[in-house]
Amino acid sequence: MIPGAFSYHRPASVADAVKLLSDLGEDARPLAGGHSLVPMMKLRLASPAHLVDLHGIAGLKGIRRDGDNLVIGAMTTQHDLLASEDVARSVPILHEAALLIADPQVRYRGTIGGNVANGDPGNDMPALMLTLGATYRLEGANGAREVQAADFYQGAYFTALEPGEILTAVSVPLPAAGHGYAYEKLKRKVGDYATAAAAVVLTLAGGKVASCAIGLTNVHETPLLAADAAKAVIGTSLDAAALKNAAAAAQAIMSPAADARGPVEYRKHVGGIMVARALQRAASRAR
Amino acid sequence: MAKTHVAMKVNGAEVEGLVEPRTLLVHFIRENLGMTGTHIGCETTHCGACTIDIDGMSVKSCTMFAVQAQGSDITTVEGMANADGSLSALQEGFRMMHGLQCGFCTPGMIVRAHRLLKENPAPSEEEIRIGISGNICRCTGYQNIVRAIQYAAAKLNGIEFKEAAE
Repeated sequence: MIPGAFSYHRPASVADAVKLLSDLGEDARPLAGGHSLVPMMKLRLASPAHLVDLHGIAGLKGIRRDGDNLVIGAMTTQHDLLASEDVARSVPILHEAALLIADPQVRYRGTIGGNVANGDPGNDMPALMLTLGATYRLEGANGAREVQAADFYQGAYFTALEPGEILTAVSVPLPAAGHGYAYEKLKRKVGDYATAAAAVVLTLAGGKVASCAIGLTNVHETPLLAADAAKAVIGTSLDAAALKNAAAAAQAIMSPAADARGPVEYRKHVGGIMVARALQRAASRAR
Repeated sequence: MAKTHVAMKVNGAEVEGLVEPRTLLVHFIRENLGMTGTHIGCETTHCGACTIDIDGMSVKSCTMFAVQAQGSDITTVEGMANADGSLSALQEGFRMMHGLQCGFCTPGMIVRAHRLLKENPAPSEEEIRIGISGNICRCTGYQNIVRAIQYAAAKLNGIEFKEAAE
């Protein structure tokens, strides 16, 4: 379980990191918390010749307000998210989801930037970012650009990141005051990826759903925004028929892999249940 | 591969060594420093036996490179006893409550529980169970580990812990 040999680089600025990654080409990988990449390197499923450790870049860590957005630096850890009162108060679904990621030790190291940029369909944060309508800041040799989370994921481990680019921050629009939220994740044990998971953010007006967004984790090669499922509950009071329609609409876009977490049909079945549970729990929290 | 010089503080002592960039922190601690209290269990970031305390964080030292620990302040299970050599409240708790059977997971459990109690001096049973959910024990069923941590929390808070070990 010893990784292949590599050269270690620890730049002190984003500009230096981008230059290193551009100069070293595809033999180089950025290293954030390392809790996806290092296990892959130990298994020799990844053997980069160069690691560019982002821990030396002070500006990449931290949570701040920018108007009606919460801007989270890429190297902010899951533990930092859990410790943030602003996150717990203004975007509580991030707090709830972070608690379901891995285990305490991993959360001290694992970062939001790594979680959203890795492109692993099992990561939890990408579906939340789709649900919340987040934007990613990508910085490369040609400057910075903003990409919607909804436009970022192209396939398993394939994203809009160009060679040499680093995801440096995530910008989350603050959900409406009084919104309801829930992240329902079925997993076999602590530390496992989701068998299926659903994120819901909604608002109620007069007991009926006024707005709704639903995201899905690990039921497709990319995270999914279940737009039709969300549409199916608008204007309803989330009665049994509406929940059933939403679950069916979500299942229609699911295409999970058959793996140790179960066959395709099972994962779609429980995916529908996660959607219905998340909708109900979110509604119970909405004001 | 050229070796890199690393220096850090471990259990209050300044240490240094030459490592390849790929040297895992747990291997540096065990092999270069000869401190074998930190155990290697699964080597896949699951079991928590290799947990150390680094700059105020519980970290699985099999999932960090030694070069990344440059300049850091580390505590391993060897640094857990009181300054006079007597057992810390946690060590005493594990002893009094039979918080171990084979003992392999114990270093990681104690080091993790140390940080848990620093952050939450009076955790509920559920908070303890969530707090040690990154540490796997295959002997005890966790009951007495939870009691050991409750014992330590009570002692640190100046309260008597009455429940007997099973």
